[in-house]
Amino acid sequence: MSELVIHTDKLTKRFGDFVAVDALSLSVSGGEIFGFLGANGAGKSTAIKMLTGLLAPTSGKATVAGFDLYTGAEGIKRNIGYMSQRFSLYDDLTVRENIRFFAGIYGLSNQAIKEKSRHLIEMLKLVSVADARLASLPLGWKQKLAFSVAILHEPKIVFLDEPTGGVDPVTRRRFWDMIYEASGRGLTIFVTTHYMDEAEYCDRLCIMVDGRVAALDRPEAMKQHYGAGSMNEVFIQLARPGRTE
Amino acid sequence: MKEAVLVAGVGKRFGAVQALQEINFAVGEGELFGFIGADGAGKTTLFRILVTLLLPDKGRAELLGLDVVRFYRDLRHRIGYMPGKFSLYPDLSVEENLRFFSSVFGTTIEKNYELIRDIYSQLEPFKKRRAGKLSGGMKQKLALSCALVHRPEVLFLDEPTTGVDAVSRQEFWLMLRRLREQGMTTLVSTPYMDEAVLCDRIAFMQEGKILAIDTPSGITALFPKQLFAIRATQTGKLLSALRASPHAASVYAFGSVLHYTDNRPFVNPDELLATLQTEGFTDLSVTVIQPGIEDTFISLMEEKQGSAHE
Repeated sequence: MSELVIHTDKLTKRFGDFVAVDALSLSVSGGEIFGFLGANGAGKSTAIKMLTGLLAPTSGKATVAGFDLYTGAEGIKRNIGYMSQRFSLYDDLTVRENIRFFAGIYGLSNQAIKEKSRHLIEMLKLVSVADARLASLPLGWKQKLAFSVAILHEPKIVFLDEPTGGVDPVTRRRFWDMIYEASGRGLTIFVTTHYMDEAEYCDRLCIMVDGRVAALDRPEAMKQHYGAGSMNEVFIQLARPGRTE
Repeated sequence: MKEAVLVAGVGKRFGAVQALQEINFAVGEGELFGFIGADGAGKTTLFRILVTLLLPDKGRAELLGLDVVRFYRDLRHRIGYMPGKFSLYPDLSVEENLRFFSSVFGTTIEKNYELIRDIYSQLEPFKKRRAGKLSGGMKQKLALSCALVHRPEVLFLDEPTTGVDAVSRQEFWLMLRRLREQGMTTLVSTPYMDEAVLCDRIAFMQEGKILAIDTPSGITALFPKQLFAIRATQTGKLLSALRASPHAASVYAFGSVLHYTDNRPFVNPDELLATLQTEGFTDLSVTVIQPGIEDTFISLMEEKQGSAHE
């Protein structure tokens, strides 16, 4: 594989006595689809906040998109994309306004914004609704747009935080088509999900339990290792060891 | 079976958006009834009408034989509602929240403890903790306890498991099954298809309409075609190859396999296998499988969209 886009070595975050992320060590290569799973409270959000430069680690080392987490947080923010189901685009802005707003935030020049907007609107076949408020668009279109906007500034990596929550099964799968396509072009995808079938679409998975890495491997290898038929079984075995009902 | 919920011709519009159109269904006493659908399908609007928080534009709805518009005061004491948004008081402790909700309903925690014991006992070690500081799974258990504390006759749970991890989801459904054993009538909505099989009956919702209502096995019997599971090491390549095939009716990824339907009435799996082998796939397997809830939902969605585009 190509260069490492994320590399962490014993990355740790403490809040008082509580260790939210405990010595996280992982590497993600260029173009990889990397799934980041864990139960609620396992430390996923804290880890993502560190990797996106929003939260300073307590200890450990990490580089993201070539920047050091301690000294290069601003560089990281400019070289990553981020999208979640909860926060992506503004419903009260039009398609065109949303693109302009987010492209501006990512520091693109006015000229680049104009060109990219036109190109994106054509590519996503949104010409007829470019000046319609986002609220009026079907969820599937919004999602496509949100993803495209998150990678408009051509980041090396995009963080997708539960991108498909509450979405119908067809839209959910179309979204994954887009992920595959982007990964094929060399974009690195770092994705969290509660849908265990989606975990199987990832090249590699990391399952977090109580702030630690409980497993890190390809989905097939993980299923084999735990003698499980699906990732759901693996997850349930790992996420709550000792709890059988 | 006696009906606990009866809904006839209910519609609701918000400005230009027709949130619900002509909703009809009935839920029997003691039934665990699921509404499956994506965001925007109308599940929350329907629940808000049923729990007397929103007036329908047309049609009527009855709970326990009482009209939800006329008898809203009586009904509010007899139903339990867990909204989709966490709506307990984050600054009150676990115990204070539960005590508050029981006093609002003129009862005590102790009086109906039997019903919530199973659920609340898991929270008791944390009863002094503020509700805002609980994890997702624990918040959900507390919200369910608060919705049950006055021993309602019908329970409404609006997306109780959204954003909750797979393990907590499983635990939550075990609790619902136990409540069902105690005779509770429960209406629950969810975007997760895998939860549908745990209901007695389910209604598929899409764009304000009910696409189908039946038992889980009745629903999957609606699947109109032969369904194949196809597997290869290079799933992505296989997906493109199948989609490019002139015979493909649908191709969808389901975890590590692809679910495929053909537009010919009957196809031999060996024939499919042979065709794919000529395209260079070597480590293939093709099997005919029983469709699941999600397959059927997709198929019903496509059918509806297909007819809408004609």
